[in-house]
Amino acid sequence: MNILAEASLEPHVFSSTFNVEHIRADFPILNLEIEGKPLVYLDSAASSQMPQPVIDRLIRYQTTQHANINRAVYYLSEVATAEYQKARCKLQQFVNAREDREIIFTSGTTDAINLVMHGYGRKFIQADDEIILTTLEHHSNIVPWQMLAKEKGAKIRVVPINDAGELDINAYQKLFNARTKFVSLIHVSNALGTINPIKEMIAYAHQHDVPVLIDGAQAAPHIPIDVQELDCDFYAFSAHKLCGPTGVGMLYGKAEMLERMQPFKGGGDMIASVTFEETTYAEIPHKFEAGTPPIAAAIGFGAAVDYISSIGLEQIAAYEYDLLSYATERMMAIPGVKIIGTAAHKAAVISFTIEGIHPHDIGTILNEDGIAVRTGHHCAQPVMRRFNVPATSRASFSFYNKKTEIDALIAGIKTVQKVFL
Amino acid sequence: MHSKSLYQEVILDHNRKPRNYGALDQASHHAVGHNPLCGDRLDIALQLQDDQIDRISFQGESCAICKASASMMTTAVKGKSREDAEILIDEFREMATGKLDLNYPHHLGRLTVFSGIRDLPTRVKCAILPWHTLHAALNSIVNVSTEAENELLQATASTQASLGKHNT
Repeated sequence: MNILAEASLEPHVFSSTFNVEHIRADFPILNLEIEGKPLVYLDSAASSQMPQPVIDRLIRYQTTQHANINRAVYYLSEVATAEYQKARCKLQQFVNAREDREIIFTSGTTDAINLVMHGYGRKFIQADDEIILTTLEHHSNIVPWQMLAKEKGAKIRVVPINDAGELDINAYQKLFNARTKFVSLIHVSNALGTINPIKEMIAYAHQHDVPVLIDGAQAAPHIPIDVQELDCDFYAFSAHKLCGPTGVGMLYGKAEMLERMQPFKGGGDMIASVTFEETTYAEIPHKFEAGTPPIAAAIGFGAAVDYISSIGLEQIAAYEYDLLSYATERMMAIPGVKIIGTAAHKAAVISFTIEGIHPHDIGTILNEDGIAVRTGHHCAQPVMRRFNVPATSRASFSFYNKKTEIDALIAGIKTVQKVFL
Repeated sequence: MHSKSLYQEVILDHNRKPRNYGALDQASHHAVGHNPLCGDRLDIALQLQDDQIDRISFQGESCAICKASASMMTTAVKGKSREDAEILIDEFREMATGKLDLNYPHHLGRLTVFSGIRDLPTRVKCAILPWHTLHAALNSIVNVSTEAENELLQATASTQASLGKHNT
């Protein structure tokens, strides 16, 4: 196939039945061998792999369309600007935002959360105000708010979880008072897989006129997102967990919220006019996109959501749920293995411990069989503390994983136990 | 399992039955090592008599690599002078980071079972933590962290100022 041809813009079409081997054929990296063993990649929650159509799109942009955007009048700059804008519209459709100007390209989820902290938090949150977070938050949705709280003298309030790793919604509701000014929530826990009932939580916050940011880094690759239906004020996620490139992510914000906010970063492209006395800022989304953005990565992000959409998130969710059920059942059958996080609603993530064996030893020995799992605290130390473990091993499944890979993981876990017998 | 697995029998044995494990009464030197990346924590206590390591013990929570490294370290340095212990510390660190050519004379003996760690950059700190902590104890630095190496290397002699300081 000529990757430079316009045809590669067309979404990748699959037959109506989900065929994992067809899908795997799109991911060249899955053919890798690690020291003679086929790669078993079970760390998509950290970063997913990239399919050929997205790789091709990056090459096509870089080979035939690259120039800086929003500036020059020549052909290439106009093409690059149009393609960048097209990617924004693809994301608008992907999350069902009302308008394309509600989509801001960021460097990732962390950057998006920091944007809201600086743009909204520093402008509207005052001393003694309260910000609600949950025990399940990734550090990227804790640290920025802590920095803000420290600067302003505001307080962080935390929603507790139960032993299954589910939020205590009753406790959440009780945290609200006249001082509550912001809620920032993880949609799907990266450490445990818990899917939180964010729609109800957003509605409750809105009853108290409190805006809500949703960290969707782990949700967007697995669950259809409709920001209008959710009615969230902000929704953030990264491209690289969704078969796209690293270095780019997006923030959805309701237009009226984004307009009220102050800019996060100052620089080129985010201004209407500049003198040494004063600067007038550009309209949204440009107000929040200072400097040359990651143009290629943003266009790759657009191609990635095209790819995901061509398979269909409903199909992806159903297939991944099947993988999760199979893996959960098989792992629970191994004596000494404990699954941390047993929420009723879970994404395809299994955090586990093996009695008497440190997660890092588990990870290293699994690696000897070509199996890639994440080990550590998953940037969620409060979750680890809640379950009284220093770390866990985590296998996360994507729609390109197959049951034989779960079999390999099960065999690998048994090998680990044998080594430490 | 891979033939050149890091988890050789000697390492597994020291993990299962760590030598010199536990607390030490009347320690003259003591330090706590911490790896914030994985939560490993190691407590090393020793008794220095006439500049010689008379007794040494360790305890803590860690992975097998760290525990075996600590166990083998205690048996290696027990009875050695402070100076000889520091030589071993340097050699072990250099071996773990791939800077030591094992074809040249060295003093590591059986500790070379850890040489394969140099191919696993994410695990190097697990193996090195006990040695960092021993170095800190010998130099009366109470708390060390694998994430503050430069600070540790710069902190030469004992500093009372570091007492009670937590690098976590």
